[in-house]
Amino acid sequence: MSEGVEERATTGALGADGPADLAAEPLRVDGLEKQFGGITAVDGATFGVERGTLTGLIGPNGAGKSTTFNLVTGVHRPDAGQVTFAGEDITGMDPHRIARKGLVRTFQIARELGGMTVMENMMLAPQRQSGEALWRSVTPGLRPRVRREESDLVEQVWDTLDFFDIEHLAEEEAGGLSGGQRKLLELARALLTDPDVLLLDEPFAGVNPTLERRLLDQIHALRERGYTFLLVEHDMDLIMEQCEHVIVMHQGRILTQGSPAEVRSNEAVVEAYLGGEV
Amino acid sequence: MSTTSGLVGRIADADLTYVLAMLAGVYALYLAAGLALGFDARGLLNSVAVVTFYVAVFAMLALALNLHWGYTGLFNIGVVGFMAVGIYTMALVSKPVLGSGGSAAQVGGLGLPIWVGMIAGMAAAALLGLVVALPALRLRADYLAIVTIAMSEIVRFTLLSRTFQSFGLFGRTVGLGGGSGLILDFQSPLAALVGTLGLEGAYAGLVGLVGTVVAQNPRAVVDQFVYGLLLLVFVAGFYWLLKRAGESPFGRVLKAIREDEQVAGALGKDTDRFKIKSFMLGCALMGLVGVLWFMPQGAITPNTYRPRLTFFVWIALIIGGAGSNTGSVLGGGVFAALLFQGPLYFKNLVDRAVDISNAPGSFGPAVAPLLGAGDPVPFLLYTVDSVRQLQLVLMGVVLIVLMHRRPEGLLGHREETAATVPLTRRVAGEDDEPESQATAADGGQR
Repeated sequence: MSEGVEERATTGALGADGPADLAAEPLRVDGLEKQFGGITAVDGATFGVERGTLTGLIGPNGAGKSTTFNLVTGVHRPDAGQVTFAGEDITGMDPHRIARKGLVRTFQIARELGGMTVMENMMLAPQRQSGEALWRSVTPGLRPRVRREESDLVEQVWDTLDFFDIEHLAEEEAGGLSGGQRKLLELARALLTDPDVLLLDEPFAGVNPTLERRLLDQIHALRERGYTFLLVEHDMDLIMEQCEHVIVMHQGRILTQGSPAEVRSNEAVVEAYLGGEV
Repeated sequence: MSTTSGLVGRIADADLTYVLAMLAGVYALYLAAGLALGFDARGLLNSVAVVTFYVAVFAMLALALNLHWGYTGLFNIGVVGFMAVGIYTMALVSKPVLGSGGSAAQVGGLGLPIWVGMIAGMAAAALLGLVVALPALRLRADYLAIVTIAMSEIVRFTLLSRTFQSFGLFGRTVGLGGGSGLILDFQSPLAALVGTLGLEGAYAGLVGLVGTVVAQNPRAVVDQFVYGLLLLVFVAGFYWLLKRAGESPFGRVLKAIREDEQVAGALGKDTDRFKIKSFMLGCALMGLVGVLWFMPQGAITPNTYRPRLTFFVWIALIIGGAGSNTGSVLGGGVFAALLFQGPLYFKNLVDRAVDISNAPGSFGPAVAPLLGAGDPVPFLLYTVDSVRQLQLVLMGVVLIVLMHRRPEGLLGHREETAATVPLTRRVAGEDDEPESQATAADGGQR
């Protein structure tokens, strides 16, 4: 399996030009705060994600992981704090602008575009498609250029479907896929946007162990090609096993961060997970 | 439809076959009804011309609404407002200057050519669409619905208001005419078109030819018939434009917005821009239909543009199946022929078979014999006589049955793939297909 992945990866199947050469710490979050009504969901979160790593963000339910994700990707606007991506302040930017810069997310509950085929889902993702301008798509003299571009994209999309072993589903309506297949589709689609950093919100929730293994293989293969990952997960064991760097959140704050070994030995973490006073 | 070949071509032709079959069926039905009613040649030609007109306008409106609802998921229930803005703007621009000629009109226009007025009408409808869209598109879909229907009523009340009955613009006295409406005293658009194309001679020949069959005033019949055919050309134009728009990366983003706007945003698509573009394009087309529909009518009054017209368009779209352009055309045709025009023909047919002129004038006398003597005839006569009022009930029943039995409409189940090229894997050695073939590409190939 992993051999096949490597082979395809070297043929340049994925993204347009692979991850860009980023700074050592492409994503940096400083003092992020968010309140919903009277509840403080995120309270001064500060952390960084290093290039080419698999960083895990863990914490019990309600720790503020998903809210942090939404703040970083522009879904919510933070009350205070700063998000820096590739040296640029992206705090409060619209989600689509953040995605275009190369910081792309997936959703906790896989959000396939159900009424579209898998192929259409995938074809949507690539950025800077000239045919997205209405006039280029309808004007007789200009449409051939759009068609050429699309023909090339189709090939790239098929290669990516191969990489994720979902090419047999290409013509299916995305709404008819199983939970695991949706997760694969979502990751594949996110990759086609040609991101540098991928934020995966619980990519393994509801995925069977075999598929989980496969997803992990693919994530590791991509990481070796230079992609950076930030995973939200509440399966502690999985994060400890797979990630180089772990960030632990609790009640909106960063409890601790470091290597899995460091985090494991931290008493506060154990207490947070066992529900003790912190 | 350009010349097509191969599998893709055959499927596109299948779509064309659906539409032609629908038209043929409608014509057969109307000709049969006309013969049964004892129409002469003039009557037959007229009934076909009138039904062509309505089939065409509803097909166009359903196509435009399909761009909003079927593709982008924008819940626009203010269709009629955009139509009204289209025709009123056109009238304002193209009506002759006040005092020129022998017109009895109370207010004039800018006196510009008809085509300038048509473009102005589309532009005004698109601009109104932008104004409505800017605040509303950021809200949830149902708020857009509220804003659009409110807008269409605001438009109607503005047209009714005395304030705008007459005002000065570029030194001309123009106006919206208030409650009494506007007289469209510009040159007949058809005559203008024939004149521009330099086809007066040929047209006169055609009128002469028809004159051999229709004795009195053949010109009126020919005008109506040719205008209907012209509208069918417009339907083809709408279809061509919207099919290309839909089967493209642009259309793909619209579909993604319909399915899940947040996902489209997370994939780097500026969803607000796409929604505004889609909305404005659809509104411009609705404005154009407003112009095409009411331009040859001689006069317009504000109360024509009540929300019921909007709901007619929705029924047409639901019959055809939201999401499918071909379905929209079929739905528009079926709605216009059977639900919009059909009941009147039915009434005339019954009237011819049994004289219903002595039908009871109100509900009481109609029901009393049924309950008292068990005589259903007065009640049935009353029902047929009131078909105009019952038309809306009939439409409601059709809508309920459709929602229950076939919510996807005639063709809504069929996905029209949003891409300019087939999304199948390229077989080694196969070259790019020529442009003409792929523009006809269609999702039915699966």
